[in-house]
Amino acid sequence: MAEERKVCLRGSKLTKVFGLGRQKTVAVDHVDFSFYEGEIVSIVGESGSGKTTLAKMLLGLLNPTEGEVYFQGKKRDIGTHKKKKEYWKNIQAIFQDPFSSYNIFHKIDSVLLDCINMRGGRKFSHKKKVEMMTEACGFVNLKFEELTNKYPFELSGGQMQRLMIARIFLLKPKILLADEPTSMIDACSRATILDMLMQLRKEIGMTIIFITHDIGLAYYVSDSVYIMEHGKFVESGTADEVILHPQEAYTQRLINDVPKIYEEWDLSTV
Amino acid sequence: MAKVMLEVKELTTKYITRFQENIYAVDHVSLKVEEGKSLGIAGESGCGKSTLALSLMGYYFPPLHYTSGEIIIDGRNISGMEPDDVRKSILGKEIAYIPQSAMNALNPTQKIIHFIEDVIHAHESHVTKKEIYERARKLFEILGLPESTLQKYPVELSGGMKQRTVIAISVLLSPKVLIADEPSSALDVTTQKMVIKMLRDLMEKKLIKSMIFITHELPLLYNVTDDIMVMYAGQIVEKGTAEQVVFDSIHPYARGLMGSIIVPEQGLRDVKLTAIPGVPPNLKNPPAGCQFAERCQYVRPECKAMSVNLRELKGGRAYRCILSEEELREAYQNG
Repeated sequence: MAEERKVCLRGSKLTKVFGLGRQKTVAVDHVDFSFYEGEIVSIVGESGSGKTTLAKMLLGLLNPTEGEVYFQGKKRDIGTHKKKKEYWKNIQAIFQDPFSSYNIFHKIDSVLLDCINMRGGRKFSHKKKVEMMTEACGFVNLKFEELTNKYPFELSGGQMQRLMIARIFLLKPKILLADEPTSMIDACSRATILDMLMQLRKEIGMTIIFITHDIGLAYYVSDSVYIMEHGKFVESGTADEVILHPQEAYTQRLINDVPKIYEEWDLSTV
Repeated sequence: MAKVMLEVKELTTKYITRFQENIYAVDHVSLKVEEGKSLGIAGESGCGKSTLALSLMGYYFPPLHYTSGEIIIDGRNISGMEPDDVRKSILGKEIAYIPQSAMNALNPTQKIIHFIEDVIHAHESHVTKKEIYERARKLFEILGLPESTLQKYPVELSGGMKQRTVIAISVLLSPKVLIADEPSSALDVTTQKMVIKMLRDLMEKKLIKSMIFITHELPLLYNVTDDIMVMYAGQIVEKGTAEQVVFDSIHPYARGLMGSIIVPEQGLRDVKLTAIPGVPPNLKNPPAGCQFAERCQYVRPECKAMSVNLRELKGGRAYRCILSEEELREAYQNG
């Protein structure tokens, strides 16, 4: 891109250490990164590489042991609950397990109404609210008339995950953090979810941070890719650079581990 | 001709709900697996893959009920047997099952070796602990698992390790058919590869005679199995070799599944993934005609009127559509 890109989220020397003394585990080890506005970034690594810990720190759910997060050029301040809530208007997440993302006692309407209220729509008329909810559900190919008055457990996994995206559509955050959003749903709904995420980026121009262990997914959706191993970024760059011409042995291994259909899948390298 | 290990003829099983509604989750399924071969079953969630796996074992417990059809394992008809007899003489020895959440299948309060003792004692009562240990050690050695695993508790093992241990235990009694129901869907790609390699080793080292592999990941099936069967709403919609089904599928649904494959290979970013619109039909009151008609882009008025039979082609291929192969191919070419 020729124009100047604005940094949306920046981290410097971000570190998280669990435990003390001999039990010490460095989950995230002095990572530096800059995510630009309107970009889809993927963080790829195997289980235990610290992806989710990093995600939790970015969301403000975990306090970093060391290092700072800069949001839109300013140091992130989430010292009080009020400031944290303000921060969460700008950053939202979709998690791996759609079945445990919802409060089972709340109807679907209230999930969506909460979002409208959070965006300052508390005083809107009921009609307007229904309109907004219908629009959001329409965006993810769900029908609001069919969902209203239902509970989350009446939906399938793919539908729940789509409803999660409808929430994001209402909230319009600056950043969306998707932590393995497709690993629990089957291959057919996966394509739909990925397409919706990309459409959402186009529609409201947000930054999407996509966390996954499947490098094929990362290649399909992202502009730039960060490869994470043992809490460090070992390789980063544009998707084409990293995946078609990997430099690190670890990246090459991750690519080899994905089953292929047009090339031979080498099983001897386990 | 190779010996047929598992033959299923027109198997139908149903769930009976609290309200006495019948849900036919496996609807007249016929299949055949020969010695040394593996069969893959693909389909989206809720299409009856896992129910088929449970039904194949002949071990039914409510709400799942047997309706009709035959299951023949190595020449022995097991349909209609008492559940207790099935458990004692069939499960584990003739047919073994690796469930989806195999990680939760281990007893957390027992060491792996004690668990193995229990498994063997359930089938062979006069084996000493020493013999069992020796047998388990040998098996673990062949499969490349460390011997120390035997003395560990499940919590001490990682997810991939647990999965491989469960697979090893399931083949202890060298079953004739192994059913693996999404054995790798909860694992990351690296551990998934180890599990797949282990399953392949089992076949190569003749520890099992045939395998049925269930998953929704087509690239995985393509790399593991010889034949692939695509299921939709409890029925088989396409059958063929892995090569045929992946690269040259006939049925519109199977073709739709192919459109959602993601592999990190050059050119992927230029391809637009195609998702199949809509949702599978509710099997409580299934549509009269073709089950896929609602979501099919080549649908014709007559599709919804009459039920569609499986069309057999030569070479063991089959598909379920009222259109002929030529008509379908023409439709694909015109987009």
